[in-house]
Amino acid sequence: MTAPLLSVKNLTIDYIGETNDFRAVDNVSFDVAPGEVFGLAGESGCGKSTIAFAISRLHKPPALIRKHSAILLDGRNVLDLDQKDLADFRWREVAMVFQSAMNSLNPVLRIEQQFYDVLRTHKRITRAQARDRTAEMLRLVDISPDRMRDYPHQFSGGMRQRIVIAICLALDPRLIVMDEPTTALDVVVQREILQRINELRRKLGFAVLFITHDLGLMVQFCDRIGIMLGGKLVEQGTADAIYRTPEHDYTKKLWASFPSLHGGVLR
Amino acid sequence: MTGPSAPTLTLDPILTLDKVSKTFGNGPGAVRAARSISFSLHAGRALAVVGESGSGKTTCARIAMREYEPSEGRLLYKGRPVDAAGAREIADYRRSVQMIFQDPFASLNPAHTIAYHLKRPLMLHRPDIKGAAVAEEIKALLRQVKLDPDIVAPKYPHELSGGQRQRVNIARALAAKPEVIVADEPTSMLDVSVRLGVLNLLSEMKREMNLGLLYITHDIATARYVAEDIAVMYAGQIVEWGNTGKVIDNPAHPYTKLLLSAVPDPDIRFDDPNAHVSSAHADETRRRSAADQATIREVEPDHFVRAA
Repeated sequence: MTAPLLSVKNLTIDYIGETNDFRAVDNVSFDVAPGEVFGLAGESGCGKSTIAFAISRLHKPPALIRKHSAILLDGRNVLDLDQKDLADFRWREVAMVFQSAMNSLNPVLRIEQQFYDVLRTHKRITRAQARDRTAEMLRLVDISPDRMRDYPHQFSGGMRQRIVIAICLALDPRLIVMDEPTTALDVVVQREILQRINELRRKLGFAVLFITHDLGLMVQFCDRIGIMLGGKLVEQGTADAIYRTPEHDYTKKLWASFPSLHGGVLR
Repeated sequence: MTGPSAPTLTLDPILTLDKVSKTFGNGPGAVRAARSISFSLHAGRALAVVGESGSGKTTCARIAMREYEPSEGRLLYKGRPVDAAGAREIADYRRSVQMIFQDPFASLNPAHTIAYHLKRPLMLHRPDIKGAAVAEEIKALLRQVKLDPDIVAPKYPHELSGGQRQRVNIARALAAKPEVIVADEPTSMLDVSVRLGVLNLLSEMKREMNLGLLYITHDIATARYVAEDIAVMYAGQIVEWGNTGKVIDNPAHPYTKLLLSAVPDPDIRFDDPNAHVSSAHADETRRRSAADQATIREVEPDHFVRAA
C-alpha cells in the first residue's frame, strides 16, 4: 500500500459522565489510502459516528479523546491543530456528509449562496468565480446549473443530498467522511448517488470514509472494510474478504442478519 | 383482487381493499396517494406492500386501519362493506385489525409501565378476562413475544431496547386477539442484528395464530423473507403483484425491475459496468410508471402486472 492519506492510530474516545465514563471508541487503528473507499460498519452505539466526528474534530464535550490517540492526515496530527489551522483543514482537506445532510441546507438561502458561503470562507474567490465553480460542481452531480438560483425546498431529497455532496467537493478535499449518507433515501436514489460518488473518486482521486450499517451496500462500494463492535474495531480486510471469508463471529452474525434477495425464506 | 386480477386463492379474505383511492387536497395540487388499490388479506398469509417513500404504501395501511376514509372504493371486512357496519361491527373491526408502528420509541407511553400497556387492550377488547386472570394473561402475552414477564412487565419503555419495545408492541397487538396485523415498517428503526428476530416473531405469530399480516416495507429483500404475496407500489398504484418468489425472480414491470436492480447486493460491485443503474433510465422509468397503469396482464399464474 502507498503511504496512507488518513491514519487513525490508537484512537480512544470516552464520553465523560458524572459517575463513570463510557468508552465509545476503544484503541482503534486503521489507514485509508489516497483514493480509497474505506468502510466502517457496525450497529448504532458502536462508535462509528464518534470516529467520523473526531476526524473532523467536530466532537464536543462530554466526548474526550484520550492521550496517545492520533489522527494523521498526510502525517499531520489533526488533534494538534489550532483553531486557525482547523478552519483551513475543514472542507479543504476533509469534508463531511451527514446522515440527514439534505436537511442541513439553509432553507432561506438560494443554492448559489450556500456554495458561495463555503467557498468564500475557505478561499479568496469572487462572486463570478464562485458562480462558475458552483455550475461546475452541480454538473458533476447531474443537476442542471441553471437551478442554482433555486431554494432547497424546490429539490427532491435525493437532489438535496447530491447538492450537499457537490458543496463538499467544491474545495477539492482529499477525504470525504460520509456518515450514513443515504439511509434516509430510497434504494434507487441511493444507488444513483453512490455510483456517482464512485465515478467521481475515480476521476478526482479523493478518498472516502464510508459509514453505514448496511453490509451488502458496503461491499458493493468499498475497497476495504472495518467492522466495529462496542467501540472496538474487531475485524478489517478487503471488501471481498469481509464478504466471502469473514473471520470474526460478529461479522458472521451481521451477515446473517440480512435476508438476501436470493437466499432462504421463512415460510 | 377483483376481476382478472383475482389471485388463485380459495380462502375467504378477512380484509379486502376494493378499488380504493385516496386523494389529499383538491384542484391541481391534489395528491393521489392511492389510486384504485385492490388487495385482500387472508388468514395465515402475509402480503408485503413494497415501495419507496411517497409511493402510497402507508396510505394503504391507514385505510386498512380505518384511519383514513377512502375517497373512492370500498373496504370490506369478511365480505361486508365496513362503512355500512353498525357500531358493534365497527368495535369488532377495531379489535380484529391491530397495528404495529414504525417507531418503537414513540408508540409506547413513557409514563406507563409495560404491564399497563398490555392491560389496556385486555380491558377494552376482552372484558371476559377479570381480576387475577389479567396479570396471568399479561405474563402469557410477554412470554409469547419471548420477553421475560417478571423482568419486563414492571418496567417503563425507556428501560427497554428498541427490539424489546417492538416486541411489546407486538404483544399489545396480540392482546386484542386480532385476525389481522398491519405492520408499517416494523423493523426499519431497529438495529440490524435484532431486525430478523422481530420479523421471525411476526411470522411465527402469523403461522401459529393464523393471522393475516399486512407487511409494509421499503425493503424488498425482507418482503421476500416474510411474505407469501407481494404488491409493488409506485406513485399510488400497485404496478405488479402476485406470488413473492415469482414477482422477484421474474419481474415484468419496468419499475419493479429498476427497484430490484438497485437493491444492495454484495455480489455486484459498483465498478462493474454491467451493473450500472443509469440515472436517465431511472428518471424515464419513474416518469412512465407514474402515468395511469390501466391495463392488467397475467404474466403467469399468480403473477400480474399493470401497464399504461
